[in-house]
Amino acid sequence: MSRRRRRLLPYLPLALGAAVMLFPLWWMLVISLETPGRAGAAAAGGGIDWFPADPQWRNYAEALAQLGTRRWQGFLDALANSVVVTALTVVGQVLSCSLVGYGFARIRFRGSRLLFVVMLATMMLPPQVTMIPLFLLFRSLGWVDTILPLVVPAFFGNAFFIFLFRQFFAQVPEALVEAARIDGYGHLGIWWRVMLPLCRPVIAICAVFTFIFAWNDFLAPLIYLHGEEQATLAVALNSFRNQYGGLEDVHLLMAVSIVTMVPCIALFFVAQKQFVEGLGKGAVKG
Amino acid sequence: MAEIRLDQVAKVYPGGVRAVDRVDLVVADGEFVVLVGPSGCGKSTTLRMVAGLEEISEGTIAIDGRVVNEVPPKDRDIAMVFQNYALYPHMTVRRNLAFGLERRRRHRGLLARFGAAARTERAAIERRIEETAALLGIAALLERKPGQLSGGQRQRVAVGRAIVRDPAAFLFDEPLSNLDAKLRVEMRAELKALHRRLGATTLYVTHDQEEAMTLGDRLVVMKDGVVQQVAPPAEVYDRPANRFVAGFVGTPPMNFLAGRLEAADGCLRPAPGGDEVIGLRPDALAPLAPGAAPPPGRILLEGEVVTIDHLGDRADVFFRLDGREGLFICRAPARPPVAEGARARFTADPAAAHRFAAGETGARLGSASP
Repeated sequence: MSRRRRRLLPYLPLALGAAVMLFPLWWMLVISLETPGRAGAAAAGGGIDWFPADPQWRNYAEALAQLGTRRWQGFLDALANSVVVTALTVVGQVLSCSLVGYGFARIRFRGSRLLFVVMLATMMLPPQVTMIPLFLLFRSLGWVDTILPLVVPAFFGNAFFIFLFRQFFAQVPEALVEAARIDGYGHLGIWWRVMLPLCRPVIAICAVFTFIFAWNDFLAPLIYLHGEEQATLAVALNSFRNQYGGLEDVHLLMAVSIVTMVPCIALFFVAQKQFVEGLGKGAVKG
Repeated sequence: MAEIRLDQVAKVYPGGVRAVDRVDLVVADGEFVVLVGPSGCGKSTTLRMVAGLEEISEGTIAIDGRVVNEVPPKDRDIAMVFQNYALYPHMTVRRNLAFGLERRRRHRGLLARFGAAARTERAAIERRIEETAALLGIAALLERKPGQLSGGQRQRVAVGRAIVRDPAAFLFDEPLSNLDAKLRVEMRAELKALHRRLGATTLYVTHDQEEAMTLGDRLVVMKDGVVQQVAPPAEVYDRPANRFVAGFVGTPPMNFLAGRLEAADGCLRPAPGGDEVIGLRPDALAPLAPGAAPPPGRILLEGEVVTIDHLGDRADVFFRLDGREGLFICRAPARPPVAEGARARFTADPAAAHRFAAGETGARLGSASP
């Protein structure tokens, strides 16, 4: 076997794996470009074309216009809602997790270890367990039908990201913190001006994961937001299902789904360098 | 500039370990005092207590006449240079220098950040940075980040960050220990010149006694948290307060000889007995050419040469003294009249010998006498 072939060999299983992973995406793309009849047949298990014979690009415009009951307005509302909820969630998560992580890494206080363990233990709690108590709490606060239940919890941290930030901050040399103290900064100043700029890879991880989760979150908006004009994109997609749960316009659903995915994919590519660096750091230093 | 005064200062860790024990010290206005001692002697802890980075367990520390025990580091008007430089890696050199100055400006409230006064102040900060950069020869590096600088350049920036604030006192925590030997000597000379120029009150920590000797107006030699001697470098070398100081200061270290000196054949020879330890610096010993008669009245040591380190302009002769354990060192001129493995004699002026008590404290008793 030539050296060139031997070098290519490891890429074979990787390419195979990538093909398997990418197939659903390809399927979505193909269906989104089919005519209603062929798309319906494919969704019913009739097999699909690998390449649509007559790509229906107007499916996209039609799909976005038909989202919800108000032409175009439904899509624009859902997009705006998703952007606002996701942006606030990302900001809240990065700020709160990094601040708490800094506290655990750099401030010595009685019971900090116990608190850290309790905080980690919250990772073991499945979200289904807290769903009903949280709903009752937010209802008693009068927050149902507002975005507050989706956004405010992000400002109270997340155990996994706090852990990630703490591990990173613990590696920063103590002298850097001491130099900033002598330069006149307190803990908040050190966190904001020295630590946050240093932990860009961890911020990237936290932001990307949170973005993907918040952008795609279906359950929480479904529980807390009831009006059509309040729906996020993930919930609004549901308007393509009929009242019996059947799919009539599957090609339109796929078109909007592709559009919905674009920001996540774009963000990943933009943050890829920091992201991979951060994951590596977490693995080595953790 | 200001005076730093330590009065019965102690650091006691949980569990009762006394890292620093009742230190009394006054660093006069403009003085350069070096805390020196082996690892774990409490010198860095003492410095960190002065900086406010470590709590004081007992005693008081006063800077410029004000007791600062409860004052946070930022309000002590001190600047510190750290061993690993502690430059902010995400900031340019200019921003590193400006960081502390900007904080002081912000401290005055929101209104002080805008308007003509704020602009004047910003211009003053810029001017101060340019002056400091010019003083340290780092003007060309102002827009670089620390990662793009060499070790020596980083050290200069770290010193610059201390100078730029014009503090009451400078604290240095082993600032040269991360540099290679050649650069260390260069930086040492630069620091000395800088101190002469600025006349700043300086407290400097090092474990390198050579660095301490060359830099300090006075040395504070510490061991196990206790100050052993506070004196100018020459006095520490010539009249060490005890055996520890005598052994720690000076390279190669002082030779110690338990016993006393006895007159025999016109010379002084070591003899067992007595409760003293005789100390002889390697450069006080001189090898005697084979067959030559020892000058009368001098100390005479006889033994076997184990090895000779030829250092170009001089040679260190390691020899084993008859009936004694351990190696003795004689710093001789180049090409000494002795050979490895052969017997040799060494003489010394009795006035150059030191006498110490034989006990654990090893206190200085004076010069040698028969």
